[in-house]
Order: sequence, then C-alpha cells, then structure tokens
Amino acid sequence: MTAVLQTRNLSKKFGGFVVSNNISLTIQPGARHALIGPNGAGKTTLINLLTGFLEPSAGEVFLKGANVTRLAQHQRVKRGLVRTFQINRLFAEMTVLESITLSVCERLGLGWRWWSPVGSHAAAIDEAAELLATLHLLDVAHHKVRGLPYGKQRLIEIALALASKPQVLLLDEPAAGVPTSESRELFESIARLPSEVTILLIEHDMDLVFRFAERISVMVGGALLTEDVPEVIARDRRVREVYLGEALDG
Amino acid sequence: MTVLFDGIASGMLLFLISVGLSVTLGLMNFVNLAHGAFAMLGGYTCALLLSRAGLPFLLAVPLAAATAAAAGVVLERTLYRRLYAASHLDQVLFSIGLMFMSISTAHYFFGARQQPVVLPEFLRGQIQLPGLDIGIYRLFLIAVGLCLAFGLQWLVSRTRFGAQLRAAVDNPRIARGLGIDVDRVFTLTFALGSALAGLGGALGIEMLGLDPGFPVKYIVYFLIVVAVGGSGNIKGSLIASLMLGVFDVAGKYYLPQVGAFVIYAVMVVMLILRPQGLFGRSAAK
Amino acid sequence: MNQMNHRIALDLDPLRKLSAWRPAEYAFWLLTVAAYFLFPKSLALMSQIAITALFALSLDLILGYAGIVSLGHAAFFGLGAYAAGLLSKYGWGDPLLGLAAGGLVAATVGFVTSFLVLRGTDLTRLMVTLGVSMMLYEAANKLTDFTGGVDGLQGVEMQPLLGMFGFDLYSRTAYWYSLVVLFLMFWLARRLAHSPFGLSLRGIKQNVARMPAIGAPVHGRLVAIYTVGAAYAGVAGALLTQTTQFVSLDVMAFSRSAELLLILVLGGSGCLYGALIGTVVFMAAHHFLADINPQYWQFWLGAALVLIVLFARDGIMGLLRKLPVPGGKQA
Repeated sequence: MTAVLQTRNLSKKFGGFVVSNNISLTIQPGARHALIGPNGAGKTTLINLLTGFLEPSAGEVFLKGANVTRLAQHQRVKRGLVRTFQINRLFAEMTVLESITLSVCERLGLGWRWWSPVGSHAAAIDEAAELLATLHLLDVAHHKVRGLPYGKQRLIEIALALASKPQVLLLDEPAAGVPTSESRELFESIARLPSEVTILLIEHDMDLVFRFAERISVMVGGALLTEDVPEVIARDRRVREVYLGEALDG
Repeated sequence: MTVLFDGIASGMLLFLISVGLSVTLGLMNFVNLAHGAFAMLGGYTCALLLSRAGLPFLLAVPLAAATAAAAGVVLERTLYRRLYAASHLDQVLFSIGLMFMSISTAHYFFGARQQPVVLPEFLRGQIQLPGLDIGIYRLFLIAVGLCLAFGLQWLVSRTRFGAQLRAAVDNPRIARGLGIDVDRVFTLTFALGSALAGLGGALGIEMLGLDPGFPVKYIVYFLIVVAVGGSGNIKGSLIASLMLGVFDVAGKYYLPQVGAFVIYAVMVVMLILRPQGLFGRSAAK
Repeated sequence: MNQMNHRIALDLDPLRKLSAWRPAEYAFWLLTVAAYFLFPKSLALMSQIAITALFALSLDLILGYAGIVSLGHAAFFGLGAYAAGLLSKYGWGDPLLGLAAGGLVAATVGFVTSFLVLRGTDLTRLMVTLGVSMMLYEAANKLTDFTGGVDGLQGVEMQPLLGMFGFDLYSRTAYWYSLVVLFLMFWLARRLAHSPFGLSLRGIKQNVARMPAIGAPVHGRLVAIYTVGAAYAGVAGALLTQTTQFVSLDVMAFSRSAELLLILVLGGSGCLYGALIGTVVFMAAHHFLADINPQYWQFWLGAALVLIVLFARDGIMGLLRKLPVPGGKQA
C-alpha cells in the first residue's frame, strides 16, 4: 500500500539552530495517527513543513506518492492536504456562514468568479450550511466570528479545514484552550470523519490521544524518537522520561 | 574633492535627523512620517533665537534641540502613545495629519520663503588644501555628526539605559516583567530622536534649507536612510546617510537634469532586493 | 420569499440577499441625477466630485477590500491623465478611446509594479508605492517635451462624445459623462465586491495567513485587484483630462495620494459608498473653506486626519452603521 503522506530526511534550520532534524515519517491512508512530544519538540514546525507554510532546509515531502516539496501551500490543499492551526486563524469580521462558504467556494474553484454574487451560488451555501449542522454551529451561523466564545471559534477553525474536503487532515492541538466539557464534542466530530480521510493529530491531552490514535509518533528536540501502537508507546521508558512524569498511565 | 566632502557633510545632517526615525521605527514599530516636522521645529527655533533673541550660535543650536525634545515628549505622551498598537496605515495617516498641521503652522508664522541664517564668524570660510577646498562649517558638521554617532553607540551599548532600550525593543512584555519602565524608555527615546532631529534641522538651515515644506521635501530621504540602513540600526543609519548624502550632492552636481529620480529608483530597487535593508533590522545597535 | 435549507432548517436569506440593492442606494443615485437640475451652476464642480469619487473608489478596491496599503496611488491617476491627454493632443480626440487608453496604460503599469508592491511587509509596501509614484512624478517633471513639465500638458482637444455631445463651457456634457462612467464602474465594482472573488479579498484582508490554507492563491488575487484598482484610477485620470482639457503636473503629486487616503478614511473604507460619500463631503468642504485661506485649509485637513484616526476610525459609514435604525447600511 503506498503511503499517503511521507517525508524523507526532512530538516529545518534557522541560522545555526536546528528545529527539525532529519525526519522520515510514513503515514498510511486512513490512518489515525497522533504526534506527541514535549513543548518545543518541533511538532508544529513539522506540520508547517508538511503543508508548505515553511520551506525545508533539506529533505522531501511526498503526498500520495507525488513529490510536493516545491509546491505552494494552496496547491497542496488542492491535492487534499489540509491543516488547522494551533492558534485560531479566523475571519473575524465575517459571519460563520460566510467564512465556511468562502472555504467551500475556494474548493469548488469559484474564487475567481467576480460577476455573480456569492448569494447565487446555492450549492456552495447549502454545503456550508450542512457542514455547520454537523458541527452544531447552526445557531451562530449568522453571527460574526469575532464575538463568539472560544469553543465555538475552535469548531469554526476545524470547519474551515473540513470545508476543503481533505484527504489528509493535519490537526494542530485541536482541543487547545477548549474547556473539557466542549472538547469531547470536538473529538466526536473528528472521530466521525469518514475512514478514508487520513488524520494526523498533535495533542497533549493523553486521554484523547490514547482513545483516538491507532499509531503514535513521539518527537523530541526536533527529531522522531519512536513510533508504534499506543500500548507499546505507553510502556516505553524513554517516552516516559521525556515527559518527566505522570502524563502517561500504565 | 569638494563634492565628496559636501556630500559627507550633507549625509551627517541626514544621519542626525534620520537616526531618530530609525530608532522609533525599530523600537516602537511606529511609522512617523511627521518626523521631519521636529527637524523643522529645531530649525525655526534656532533661526528665531539667532535673529530675535540675538543668542550666540553655539547656544541657540542646543536650545533648538531641547525645544524639539520637549515637543517630542508632549506629543508622545498625549498622541503618539495611543497608536502604538494601531496598524501601520493608521500611523501613517495620523502622522501625515500632524505633518500637514506643522507645515501650515510654520507657513502661518514664518511665511513661505527660505529662512536666512547668519553663521558665526569662526565657522565661516574655508581651509585651502591642494586640490581641495574644505568649508569650515562642513568640517564642523562632520565633527559634530561623528561625535554624536559614537555617543549614541556608546549610549546604547554601554549604558544601563541602552540595555533597557535594547530589552524593550526585543520584547516589551518581558522587559516590563523585569521591572523596566518601558513607557518611560519609549518617551525618552522619542525625545532623544526628536532632539537629534531638531539639532539636525538647526545645523542644516544653511545646507538643506528651511521653509514650511521641509517635512514633505525630505521625508523620502529619511525613509531611504531607514530602509537602507535597517530600522533600529545606528551604524546602518550612519552609513546609509553618508551614501545618500554623497549620492545626492554628486547627482545634483553632475546630472542635474535627472534630479531626484535616481534616488527614488535606488530606494525602490533596494527595497525589492532586500526588504530588510542593507544592514537589516537589529535591536537599536 | 425565504430561501431556506429545508434539510437543516437554516434561513439562508441573510447571505443570499446580501447583494440586493437597498432603498438608500436608489436614493443616492437618484440624488446624483437630481443634482443636475438642483445645482445647474455648479456642474463643473460636480463633475470633479464624480471624477474624484471614481478615484477614491479605485483606492477602496485595493485598500478597503484587499488591504493593500499604498501611498502612491496618484501614480495611476496621473498615468491615465497623461495617456488620455497625449492621445488627444496627437489627433485621437475621441473621449471613449481616451478612457480606454488611460485605463489600459494604468492597468499595465499596475500589473508590472504589482510584483514589486506585493513583496515584503506593509511598511516596505508604503515605501515602495511612495518611491514609485515619486519616480513617476520626477519623470513627468523632467520630460518636458513630452508632458509639458511644471507648466502642464496643453493642446488637449476633445471631440464630441459619441459623436453627438460636445464638451460645452457649462460642463453639461462633462457632468453626465463623468456621472455615467462613475455609475457603470461603480456597478462593476459592486458586483465584484459581492462576488466570491470579493469575498476572497475580504478573507485576504482579514487573515492573509489562513487563505492559502483553504486553497486560495493569494498572490494572484492581489495582483488582479491591484491591476483593477490601477485601471480604475487611470480611467478617473483620463476623465479629468477630458473634462478640463488640461493635464497638470500635480496629478501625480504625493499630496494627491495623501488627500485620497484622507477621503477614504473620512468616508469609511471597505464598503464602496464610503469612498463616494467621503469625496462629496471632502470636496464640498474644500470648495467652501479652502478659498478663505489655504493655510487654514491645510491645518484643519491635518487636524481632521488626526482626529478621525484617533476617534472615528471607520469614518462616516462607520458612524452611520452605529445608528440603531435602518439608516445603517451594510454594502
């Protein structure tokens, strides 16, 4: 089976400072893969490299077998590689429905249409509305994003990514800052995603990681420490040392 | 050659005026297009003190600088401070407004003509060397400029204030957490920048001219110094100012029909090739 | 009739009806027509207001919608003005041809310079746009054989519009001409603003980092709108030349770019009508106050800019929107 997402010796240096060190990662289609590690391990940087947000100093990225290392972010999105951000990047002055409609329009290639009003593109609006429904955001559909509570904004962050109908979805700490009461709902939405969608998840909440992930990669100091199924990771002494304490059970 | 010498002197004046803008930009991330107005204030104050109050030149000039500093403190505390967090566009609009206000005020009080200035006896005249005429006033300008440049560098890298300044540039929040009064640092730095601008304006009446249109006429030059030298970079500002001064004087002498076109073209090319300037942005080094 | 998505029970009208024309808009344009009959002696001034409004509109497209800060937009205005002027001077005096020439020349320069302008930060952009416009100003200043330099371009003679309507001394033709051009280009801009393309521009302005992440080619969009904005400004410049039969050097001056920024801030950016209303208010004030004393005018201009930025950043449209009544408009 060809890996859906693969990196070969991916590295990133800022001056003399090595942020990502020779990372070779392989992810199979449909995987539920988690990426964990202490703060500063370089997990978000890896996502930035995978998506083209950052240019690597060395190494390559392969998406569905094709070398995408030279492709710009938006070109990778068109091929199905989508990410969310650790800190929300939303369109503060738009309504929720407008924001998601924008994302849908981009996916449908309507972004260059300058003559017809947005309101006339019924298919795009309907699709956006249905996505809001699956994420329980209908009640705030016509509210400006700016005034909404953080939990809702986090859902919108994910909705924006889902509107692009990703084949590979990179989630950067989706539950960060979300009260535990609401994070369950958030994770249920992620769990409900079709099994063909490959998901790579960065998370600190080990409860969620162990419930969700089929494979876990551990990063420390910019490099991959180890990768395996959750039970093995949980027993790995090095991983426990890296976390300095009771983050892992067992 | 005399042209080169004049260019260096002119560059020194540009440095004195522009260094404040560079540090303000590097420190407060504030685009102040009205910076030339402080130089203009210094110039007019000096002219007034010389002609009306009859003060000696070497007294009028520092007083002019002090006036500009005082204006800087007042404006920073009351107006500029409110816009530190605003977008660069807002800061530009605001400072253009201040610039218009200062131009019309100068026009109202002093009229549209060039301000004449009478230099003191001991600064007039020239030193004749083989193949080179050195104007004494030019020499004076270069000397003052170099002293101040070294003084600034020493202030920033050797004194406690300088350390606080660099800390505040790097990370205002942490600097505050360390007990540094960042607001006071900002005000003092703004005052210092304005004082230097006022000094440059006062010293430059003879070479750069002084009329109500001064802020608009020269703002592009100041921006070029900042763009090329890197914001917050004192050494960079000095080198950029000297280059610009020489280039400008030489250009006007050898290619008068081309005018300022070349200067703007150079700035645009520079910004395209190296948006961070020749020397890059550094913490008020 | 409510358009609902019945499967999920959400009223979609607020989004679908966003682009519908509002009563206040009809009223506005009817007023511009009525103005012809109400102020028959001020047609020259009103033509200038229409032309400046088009110019302000061009800046709103790039600044208000796409967030591109420019200190040198007058460059395109000037290019259009000179293009139309030179075309007419050398024999092709048809007004519509001049408009096309003005728009085309400005659009071409806009397209080429967009690659420079869109590099770097907002700050670099401010300086590059300022630098480019000053370069062009100096070029126009020095190339006196071509442009007339400080004395301006003379010898502009316009043929009758559409072969029928000569440009008369009372500016009757000028007014209708300017107004119709303004309205048509406004209408195009309005459609653009409400389209998916317009929505993507708002996305770029509000969160430029997010846009590539949802698959939008940001650079291409910005090049496109910058070119369109340049074209609009060029057409406005051409209109000025044709209605005044003269091109003055200050069409490219920094003060023109600065005044335009003030107009847009005064009226409120990002909603098209702000550009129009800001122009009307500004030019009316200029007409009544500037003659009294030019220095007072410049002083209060500066003061207005300072006060607006500090206290009423969203301009007149922003204040209108805060009214708790159907008077608040959202274009």
